[in-house]
Amino acid sequence: MSTPTHPADAYDPAGRTPPRWGGFNRTLLGLELRRMLRNRRTIVFTILLPAGLFLSFGSTGQASDRVGSGNVAAYIMVSMGLYGAALTAAASGAMVAMERSLGWSRQLRLTPLHPAAYVVTKTLVALAIGAIAIVAVNVTGLLQGRPDMPAGTWVACAAVTLVSTLTFAALGVFAGYLVPGENVMQILGPGLALLSFLGGVFIPLDVGSTIWHIAVLTPMYGVAEVARAPLTHELPWYAVVNAVGWLLAFVAGAAWQMSRDTARV
Amino acid sequence: MTSPPAVRLTALTRRFGEVEAVRGLDLTVDRGEIVAFLGPNGAGKTTTLDCVLGLSQPTSGAVEVLGLPPREAVARGLVAAVMQTGGLLKDLTVGETVRYVGSLFGHADRSSAVLEEAGIADLAGRRVGLCSGGEQQRLRFAIALLSDPALLLLDEPTTGMDVEGRRAFWAAIRRDAARGRTILFATHYLEEADQHADRIVLISHGRVVADGTGAEVRALAGGRSVRATVPGLDETLLGRLRALPTVDRVEARGEQVHVHAGDSDLVARHLLTATDAHDVEITSRNLEDAFLSLTQEAR
Repeated sequence: MSTPTHPADAYDPAGRTPPRWGGFNRTLLGLELRRMLRNRRTIVFTILLPAGLFLSFGSTGQASDRVGSGNVAAYIMVSMGLYGAALTAAASGAMVAMERSLGWSRQLRLTPLHPAAYVVTKTLVALAIGAIAIVAVNVTGLLQGRPDMPAGTWVACAAVTLVSTLTFAALGVFAGYLVPGENVMQILGPGLALLSFLGGVFIPLDVGSTIWHIAVLTPMYGVAEVARAPLTHELPWYAVVNAVGWLLAFVAGAAWQMSRDTARV
Repeated sequence: MTSPPAVRLTALTRRFGEVEAVRGLDLTVDRGEIVAFLGPNGAGKTTTLDCVLGLSQPTSGAVEVLGLPPREAVARGLVAAVMQTGGLLKDLTVGETVRYVGSLFGHADRSSAVLEEAGIADLAGRRVGLCSGGEQQRLRFAIALLSDPALLLLDEPTTGMDVEGRRAFWAAIRRDAARGRTILFATHYLEEADQHADRIVLISHGRVVADGTGAEVRALAGGRSVRATVPGLDETLLGRLRALPTVDRVEARGEQVHVHAGDSDLVARHLLTATDAHDVEITSRNLEDAFLSLTQEAR
């Protein structure tokens, strides 16, 4: 029988409550962001690569030709922002899988952190880092001075691009499980570059050509068309189907792999 | 008011496909106890701990932690664990790791207190990837202390620690146990179990095969050995020894006789009064013998 001075009373279960928001908090978000920004590879992918690509592709002779409500330089700038943001989002997605292989997610499962709070945190980090990539390209464009489009279009393109990057965050999680370890970016990097060429991110496609028929089925095509729609005022229905379809496919793939992994613990 | 036990496992089984890792395990750990979960590799220790933490769902049977389902106990920060390997991010510093995990419990920041308690306050600024195995193990310990858990599970806790670290670790564990924290640690080091646990639960092939203090577990494995030199040792004398109550084995080598019995006093008295025996020696079987005999019997 326990006495009133039972030492275990110092650990009364009734005196403990689970944290609010499933454990989501600012310290967590801040530290996750700091991890991304401290990673040198992330900085290269996020800021230097897309900005550099914009400067080389965006300096063509037709840069000032008109496209929709802007010019070709603006069109290329939006495309490069998408490429950079997609790349970084994929990288942050791939980190989730890497952390699980390190046993970190097992460590987290010994805390009150709710899986949904974890996913929200990782999503916000992917969006924040994607935003940095987009801002980097846009600032480069501003400094260079060639892109021209109305300010509202400028903002609309950036916002739509940001949302589009979620597709690639999910792709990163999915790919991270299929290719375990730290080498997943060695595949995702060139892979996304290839998909960007195919999807008409770097070089516009001739509508109706053989390559175009393949391109409309690849994951970069849809989001690229959607991201540039505020500028071009063109948005074919199959581009929307493509963008939504691939988003759902990658989210499903990521969720499937994550649940499989959890069951194994 | 009687408080619920720290851990209550009832007929716990856990099957992985064809393999039955835990086979009907019953165990109650009272609050404030230091219990060693001792068994050979593959005995089901880690699987059982995973069930207590809610990381693994039992195939059948019930698990209760402080009267709560395991996941609820984890959500309230009542139970924590120090795992054997992994579970750390190499790119964070020691201090960041502790702040990261600490933030998830939603109460006051205990980072510096736990770093102090685990003896790694001076490492706070170091990258985890640059820490030695023993330092990483202490970091895992610091993380486990963040929620000031009522129940602490340790899986091979001192792996990779040097002698100094091991001593400091157990001193910290004892201090907290004195305040009422319950400790359940899995180990295959007999010495560690014998030295640090109030109670040893020996498991083999997914079942409890012995449960008690170190001395009780030793005794369970079958009493003591009596050794003596008996001049004129023959079959008649050996026959009489075999006929004594509680004797289960008699071996003779020349004039040397080795009797294994539950009641060693009876054997010694017989040897000293009814025979010319001299150099009588009584030895208790050590924990290692107990361990081997009990875990082999369970096969």
